Parts: sequence; C-alpha cells; structure tokens
Amino acid sequence: MTKTPQKTPLVKLTNVGKKYPKLTALSAVDMQLAQGEVLGLFGHNGAGKTTMMKLILGVISPSHGNVEVMGVAPDSKEAWHMRAKIGYLPENVSFYEQLTGLEVLSYFAKLKGYSNQQAQKHAIALLEQVGVAHAMKRQVKTYSKGMRQRLGLAQAFIGHPALLLLDEPTVGLDPIATADFYKTVDALKSQGTSVILCSHVLPGVEQHIDRAMILSSGKMLAMGSLQELREAADLPVAIKVKGLNGSLRNDSHLVKYLLDEKNGDLLTVPEQDKLTTLRQLLSYESIKDVSIDSANLDQVYQYYLSRHLSSNPPENKKLKEQS
Amino acid sequence: MKQILAVASKEFHDGLRNRWLISITIIFAILSIGLTYFGAAASGAVGVTSLSTTVASLASLAVFLIPLIALLLSYDSFVGEQESGTLLLLLTYPLSKSQLLLGKFLGQGGIITLATILGFGASAVILYLQLNDIAVLSVFATFITSAVLLGLSFTAIAYLISLSVSEKSKAAGFALITWFFFALVFDLALLALLVGIEQGISQQGLTQLMMLNPADIFRLVNLAGLDSSDINGALAIAIKSSLSQGQLFSILLAWVVLPIATAIFIFKKKSL
Repeated sequence: MTKTPQKTPLVKLTNVGKKYPKLTALSAVDMQLAQGEVLGLFGHNGAGKTTMMKLILGVISPSHGNVEVMGVAPDSKEAWHMRAKIGYLPENVSFYEQLTGLEVLSYFAKLKGYSNQQAQKHAIALLEQVGVAHAMKRQVKTYSKGMRQRLGLAQAFIGHPALLLLDEPTVGLDPIATADFYKTVDALKSQGTSVILCSHVLPGVEQHIDRAMILSSGKMLAMGSLQELREAADLPVAIKVKGLNGSLRNDSHLVKYLLDEKNGDLLTVPEQDKLTTLRQLLSYESIKDVSIDSANLDQVYQYYLSRHLSSNPPENKKLKEQS
Repeated sequence: MKQILAVASKEFHDGLRNRWLISITIIFAILSIGLTYFGAAASGAVGVTSLSTTVASLASLAVFLIPLIALLLSYDSFVGEQESGTLLLLLTYPLSKSQLLLGKFLGQGGIITLATILGFGASAVILYLQLNDIAVLSVFATFITSAVLLGLSFTAIAYLISLSVSEKSKAAGFALITWFFFALVFDLALLALLVGIEQGISQQGLTQLMMLNPADIFRLVNLAGLDSSDINGALAIAIKSSLSQGQLFSILLAWVVLPIATAIFIFKKKSL
C-alpha cells in the first residue's frame, strides 16, 4: 500500500471546490494520488463524484482551489499532451449505435493519435482483452448491457493510460466479468497505472483499492486506507462461535458483548478488546469454531454517512432533493 | 489537423451509412432533371426548355429544399452526442472543441457538397448535351456553387441550434422554425413592408434587408443574370439595384463563416 508518496503525486487536489449557480457540487476537497495507486471514490448519486472526475479531466474548471494532474492544470493548454495518457469511462455512455464495436474503438484510438492501421490493431487487441472480440464486426445496437460496458472499458484502456478514471465500471457486468475487470485493474496497477474507481459500495471492491474516499453532498467525509478508516470509525468486530450452546450468557466477562438477545453465539467486540476476548473464548473446552468479521467497507461507509447526516440534518434534505 | 480529419471521416461515413448522400443526390437529380424536361409543361411544351426558365425554377425549388435538408442532416450533431454521453467523452480526448466542430462541419458539409454537385451536375450535363451551349456550364457553375454555400450556411446554422439547446427534440423544433422563418416568413415580411409602407422602403434598403437571409442571397445570385421576364415580385425590384455577383458570393460566404465562428464561440462557453 502506498500511503505517503515520496515522488510528486500524479493527481493533486488542493482545497478544490466547484459551485454552480444553484448548488455547491464540491467543496474543499484535498486529495493526492500516487503513481500505481488505486483510489475508491464512494458516495450517493449527487455526492460530487462525477464533478470531481470532470475536474481532474479538465472538462470543467474549479471555482476555487487547485487541480494538478501530472504537474499541470488539466483545464489549461499545457495539459494537451497528457490527455492522451488519461483513460475515462463515463457513467451511462451509449456509443454510436450504428457503428460496429471495432469502428467505435478505432475512431477513439485515432482521436488519441493512432494512425489508421495502428488504431485498428490496437482496437482489436483491446476488444480481445475485454472479451468482446467475437462481436467486433457487429453494430453496437445489438450489444447487451454488459458488452457495452466492456466496450466502454476497452475505450478507457486505449493508449496505455497512466491514469484511469472509471465511473461505475462494474455496472451491468456479470460476476465473472466483474472478477475479470478487477483482475485487469490489479494488472494495470502493477504496471504503474493509477486508477480512480468511482462506485457505489460494492462487495469485493475493497481488496482492489489502496485507499477510499467517501463523499457526501460535495463534502469529503473521510479518506484513507480501509484499515485507517476502520480504526478511525472504531467499529466493533463481530465474533461468531460454535459449540458453546449459550453458555456465554453466564460468563461475566463476555456477556456484555452479547448485543443480540436471541443469538447467544454472536459477540460484538470493540477492536481493542478483540484479542483478550478471543483468548477467553479459546479457554472454553467445548468451542468448535470461531469466525471473526471486521467491519467491511459497506459498514464503514454507512458509519461515516450516518455520522455526517446526523450532524447536518438540513444537508440530508438537500441530498434527497438532488438525487 | 489529424484530429479534424478523423472526425470528418467519421461524420462523412455516417452520412454514407445512413443513406443521406444517396437520398439527397437522388432528390436533387430527379428534381433538376424533371424541371429541365418538364419545366415548361404548364405552357404546353415538353422537352428541354430555355436555360433561364430551368435555372429559375431550379433555384426557387432549391431555396426551400437545401436549407431543409441541411438542417435535418445536422440539427442533432451536438445535442445528440450530448444526450448519449459521447460529447463529454470526446472532450476528455486530446481534441479541442473547435477541432471537433470543424471536423463535423467538414464531414457533413462534404455530404451536402457532394450531393449538390452530383445531383444538380446531372442535369447540367444533360442540358449541355441537348443545347450544346457553353453558357449552360457557366450558369450551372454559379448555381451549384451558390447552392453548396447555401447548404453549408444552413449546416452552420444547424450547429448553432444544436449547441444552444439541451434536448434533441427541442433542436428539431427550432430547426423547423428556423427553416420556416428563412424560407417563407422572411420574404412575406419583406413583401408586407414593401406594400404596407408607402415610399417607406427604398430599393436600396430592400436589397440590404435581403442580405439578412442567406436564402434570398441565393435567389439573387441565380436570378440576377437571367431574363427578368421569368422573375417577379420583390425579387425583380431587388435585382435591378446593383450588387455584383462577387459581392453577393462574399456575403453568402460570410453566412457560412459567421455562424461557424459563433458556433465555436458558443461551444467554448458551453459547460457540460
């Protein structure tokens, strides 16, 4: 895990905000992304994820603060050359329906600077990589949702980008394709590609990201590695035991962890008491099995979100209006 | 330049794929050949009629058709891509907004240009073979060049519409209104001015007002050189005031360049 990059970061946001006449889409966000790092960007619809991506892409300019990508402001003229090194998968893009998959990809490859023949070659290689090569001569309008999503991914991979911004990349993908996708992300990461994954919280995403950022109604609620977020949130660990047949209810030390009245085998233990509790449990002769579940990303996300909403009730209302 | 060509070639191929090129060419060819042969049917004669009658009837039809076709071809160029999300994606590529716009203009303008040359060129060739008169070629060269400029002008106007609205259906509505205004309402308003205000509008003033409508400039270009017996109404008066062909062509060209420049300006201001 790359927590504190020594080199200049690939992406650097300093106190960045974006205001529209009627709403503040993003306020005071600080973020750095190192080379080869994968950042997960989580939040509801309208939380500011897409705005943040657009700012990094240079499609819109920040109202205040500084955005730097590869050392330059992405909305400046100097940023021209680096655009070929950035891959983007927008949310809900529908490609030219009348063109074939190969034609769509060749067109985008040409716009990234490939010559006609190279573009074709590169496009075929990418279509093979995402598994749509069998349908490359068919019109996009005949593609299923999953195939369109894969085509979009292939589009983002054009030109071996150094930075990938993926907005809801796994929407519409079946579990196998999702697993393939994460494998690709891991491979790109090991080649030094930085990735920003914008997503609703999905099971399985946590093994593939180095850090997570949680956004809500334009504000950054938390950022850090999953471990750091978990510690900061101080969420309890769930410990399940088998074979004790409810004898824990009579244990004066452990009974306080039995939060669920009916279930005598489920202990909810604060992180720092985890090991002591385990030792005590293991002293029972009759214990057959123990399983330990740390808080997952979803729980961490819910924690930060509910904390934010309870401290800002008016924001809650605004969030509903936006989504 | 490479980017512009990539966009242009995609748009041109779209025009081929959607059968735009072939349909426009066929419409123009049938109309012009038909008018060439049967233009004088009303006066009892069938066959190749006089050059000035043919061009006069061709011009008065083309002035309705060409703007309509150009607007239809291009009204959804930007708003369509905006709705499907590809516009946002394209703008994250190493491709500037003006490159994208000029590329589209080159591709779609190419379709209009080629269809005009092929469609009307067909009747030019037939007339030339029948009349064996070199004047046919020069008159048709003027006609086709001005028709191409008229088409390009309305393509540019279609981009203005496409960039100013956020829904495809709205763009279609505005395109229709634009066509109605330039092709019909504008001339009716001019006539009303002419009749309604006694000595209120000079010949000079009328001609100047006509410069505000590319369709009228197109008419002037093509009717100025012909026998005035085929022309009547407001046009006849305007024609008598003198504006050289060169001037008229320059103003028509300005009607291509200015909307394109304005469209680029609007595109640059547009936030996605």
